[in-house]
Amino acid sequence: MAEPMGFFTDTSVCIGCKACEVACKAWNQLPARNGGKVQLSGISYDNTVSLSGIQWRHVKFIEDFAPDRSTGRWLMMSDVCKHCVQAACLEVCPTGAIIRTEFDTVVIQQDVCNGCRACIAACPFGVIEINPETNTAMKCTLCYDRLQAGMVPACAQACPTHSIQFGPISELRQRAQERLEQLHAAGVTQARLYGHDESILGGLNAFYLLLDEPEKYGLPSNPQLPSRNLAPSAALSAAGAVALGLLGLVGLRKQRMDRLAAEERGQGEGSHAG
Amino acid sequence: MPDSFFTHSPEWRWWIVFYFFIGGIAGGAFALSALLRLFGQPGDRPISRLGYFIAFPGSIISGLLLILDLKRPERFWHMLIQSETFRPAFKWWSPISVGSWGLLAFGFFSFLAFVGALAEIGWLPRGLSGLIQGSLGAVVNVLGGVSGFFLAGYTGVLLSTTNRPLWSDTVWLGLLFLVSGFSTGAALLLLLSWGRNTPTIRWLKELDTWTLVLELVVLVILLASVGTAVLRPVLFNAWGVLLLVGVVLVGILVPILLHFRPVLGRLTVPSAAVLVLVGGFILRVVMLLSSEAV
Ligand code: SF4
Ligand code: SF4
Repeated sequence: MAEPMGFFTDTSVCIGCKACEVACKAWNQLPARNGGKVQLSGISYDNTVSLSGIQWRHVKFIEDFAPDRSTGRWLMMSDVCKHCVQAACLEVCPTGAIIRTEFDTVVIQQDVCNGCRACIAACPFGVIEINPETNTAMKCTLCYDRLQAGMVPACAQACPTHSIQFGPISELRQRAQERLEQLHAAGVTQARLYGHDESILGGLNAFYLLLDEPEKYGLPSNPQLPSRNLAPSAALSAAGAVALGLLGLVGLRKQRMDRLAAEERGQGEGSHAG
Repeated sequence: MPDSFFTHSPEWRWWIVFYFFIGGIAGGAFALSALLRLFGQPGDRPISRLGYFIAFPGSIISGLLLILDLKRPERFWHMLIQSETFRPAFKWWSPISVGSWGLLAFGFFSFLAFVGALAEIGWLPRGLSGLIQGSLGAVVNVLGGVSGFFLAGYTGVLLSTTNRPLWSDTVWLGLLFLVSGFSTGAALLLLLSWGRNTPTIRWLKELDTWTLVLELVVLVILLASVGTAVLRPVLFNAWGVLLLVGVVLVGILVPILLHFRPVLGRLTVPSAAVLVLVGGFILRVVMLLSSEAV
């Protein structure tokens, strides 16, 4: 396997230019319209609203204003598939469409996916959706085709402020740590890293530097794998099946007892008619 | 905000609601038939045949509904066979993968039992009735019964094995769907044998009532296990009202009451059965669509 590769996205320098969104769409030939419909929010500079089957990069514009507007700021963050080391989508996919590549990234094979949508419900970050043109599940591939050719992913190459940095994970982690210390020294105490170590899903290969709590950015604070519920739910169901079976048996036994008692009294006709 | 609210909806809608409902009935009906065959009397046979007649068509409809729900239905076989190597595709930790095999197994055994039941009533050569009698019949009933229970319950496990609101916030959905599948299976058997009053029918009525009590208990535990942070946005609304009225009142409490107070005379049993079926359907509607609406 090649070295694990990924993104470090430093949201503190994102200017919301959406060069990454455009570069992603251009390289991956993703349609501007969603199944023929123009879908723009019309209520915000955030006009694409969320990641989807046709938007693999999404620049969030978080309007963080006090109710009386006395204080306010905009937080920006270029969102993308996290290429989780323990990937929920990969775990549940029944067809084997979702694979881990030699770069430790997570890719959906478009010729295998049959559109069951298990991965959509599984991803803790709401990354995947169906692309209405292919009717298959789609998300960022971390430009698998470009990586195989030794190129940098389109978004990282287009980002003018180096908010999106691409490289080997070990190197990115070091760079992120340095940047965090720099910000802390400058008094930005709320700055923090998200997904840079194993504590979140074994590590996110697209990890972040945030300026506030993850929730403010629409990120779960403690994302987990769907399989955490598998054993307990299956065990409860199996116990339920046994209980129902026993309930039925108790009834059948009672029925037989009643019949035998009736026979003994000489008023039953053996087995009942049917 | 609970972590399950940062996710996207898979948009499993009406095909899946009907699949969960029909699959539950089919699985439950077969499990009941298997119990009657394995541990009952010769007099129980007509009702157990009825169960087989429900189970196999139910498994076919289930498969069709699942295929229709796929965005690429022509690739449904990718669930069972790897499209590149043509080797079997099986992941024990993926509920959809296991469920696909489970449904296939259930379809197979319910088909055998269906053929056996047709033979018993003389529509097919008598010899085939060995499929549901004797030692071969015991094997078919045990394996079919187990896969029937599986089919009724795995759908809830599947929902819990996600990261979606409500579904992944509890581990009790599988059990709830299993119990509901059993009670709706029994209800359909009672409805279709309207007018008969054999010991088998009395057994079914009794069993269905206790199953409904169990269902109510499981539902209460489930809701308690979810917690208010999730319940408030998901069920403290019209969905919750539908759950209380459609499932708890109409689908559970009234049928239990009718069992102990048969106030409708000859109509009591079929009315209760219809209500149980309605409640079982609404249960699937609420559990799926309330989360999808978030
Ligand atoms: S962020 Fe979601 S889609 Fe991306 S690898 Fe993780 S689970 Fe899969
Ligand atoms: S929608 Fe496609 S990629 Fe997602 S789980 Fe189903 S088969 Fe796998």
